[in-house]
Amino acid sequence: MTPKIEISGLRKSFGALTVLRDINLHVEPGQVVALIGPSGSGKSTLLRCINLLVMPNSGHIRVGSDSFSFGPGSKPPAVMQQARFRSSTGMVFQHFNLFPHMTVLQNVMEGPVSVKKMPKAQAVSLAQALLAKVGLSDKVNVFPTTLSGGQKQRVAIARALAMEPEVMLFDEATSALDPELVGEVLGVIRKLAAEGMTMIIVTHEISFAREVADRVLFMRDGLIVEQGPAREVIGNPKEEATKVFLSHFHTRG
Amino acid sequence: MYQWHFDIVWSYRWLFLNGTAITVGLTISVVFLGLLVGLVAGIAQLSHSAAARWSSWLYIEMFRLTPLLVLLLWVYYALPIMTGIKLDALTSAVMTLTLYGGSFYAEIIRAGIVSIDRGQSEAGLALGMPPGSVMRRIVLPQAIKRMIPPLMNQSIIQFKNTSLVSVLAVPDLLYQGQLVAMETYRALEVYTMIAIIYFIVLLPLTVVVKRAENHLAQSN
Repeated sequence: MTPKIEISGLRKSFGALTVLRDINLHVEPGQVVALIGPSGSGKSTLLRCINLLVMPNSGHIRVGSDSFSFGPGSKPPAVMQQARFRSSTGMVFQHFNLFPHMTVLQNVMEGPVSVKKMPKAQAVSLAQALLAKVGLSDKVNVFPTTLSGGQKQRVAIARALAMEPEVMLFDEATSALDPELVGEVLGVIRKLAAEGMTMIIVTHEISFAREVADRVLFMRDGLIVEQGPAREVIGNPKEEATKVFLSHFHTRG
Repeated sequence: MYQWHFDIVWSYRWLFLNGTAITVGLTISVVFLGLLVGLVAGIAQLSHSAAARWSSWLYIEMFRLTPLLVLLLWVYYALPIMTGIKLDALTSAVMTLTLYGGSFYAEIIRAGIVSIDRGQSEAGLALGMPPGSVMRRIVLPQAIKRMIPPLMNQSIIQFKNTSLVSVLAVPDLLYQGQLVAMETYRALEVYTMIAIIYFIVLLPLTVVVKRAENHLAQSN
């Protein structure tokens, strides 16, 4: 089977600060990969490179049938090409980033209507179906400010799904939530995993990663230090750095 | 003790009314044109192209840091000698006021755009929207709400600024008043009346600004 996502030799630095050193990664269709690691290890930057919100300095990225090369001798993708590419990768942000001037329904419709030029009526029924899926049928016509964090994040997931993406990228989707609201968002992600969505999840929820992810990647200092089946990396880490990182979670319970 | 004779003002009421109409009309056109110029220059400030950033910066600072009276005189008297293009007084006045107001509007518009959280444009880009649509559909609708009070304040200042065009003999309220004062030797009454007219026209506008500010404070 050809991998859905293939990344090789990816490097990124911001000025003198090198954030990604040499990232090689592939994700099979339907696979769920969890990215764990300490803050500043480059997890979020890697995720943002995958949908070109951050332009890598060098390396290759392929998602589905679109592939890009970066570095000397290769031209970075043009603006419209970037936009088209991003429309097939869904991204969910730590701080939700819902559009405050639109209702919940309009938030979810925005992608299909303005990017895919989908007729309004069709976009409305698509958005309604997706909001039902994330359990928010009763919030269709309210503005985001009136929602709880967990509800906002579920709208954000519906908004990303509305583009019918090939892959979903979650950037610490539960880090900004009150503990009692984390479960409802993880529940939606779990459901997507069961449906066979290809996903990369940057997370600090170690037990969730063990439960839902097929593979876990541990990153530190811009490198993937250890990777393997979730149970192995989390239950029985081989690298010292992974052990140290995971020990913080075990002691916290 | 000075004897006030406001009946003289009344007998020239049509001149005052005509001057007020010209001042209001002039303000409306330079506010409208200035907003267009300001929008372009403000967005150019945030452009990826260095040339766009530099040229808009040069324009903004050139007009922001020069006194309006000097600009008006320069465009009307010096520009024709330098370029050979002779503009009539009204055209010079409208052009100068537009560019002058536009430079202030540009800064307000730029500041309004950058005040919107980066996550908003990232969310739009992540959906696959091109940068232009992100600006039009996501950033500007939110930014404009924040810009309205300072833009209205700037427009009130612009209304008063139009009085300077009288130096080019554009027949605005102040210029017409000066004619009346010269003819009647009743300068004190005339200038008092002019001040009152400016005040009366602007008072309702300040109420609107206050309301807009309160509304904004509530919606945030």
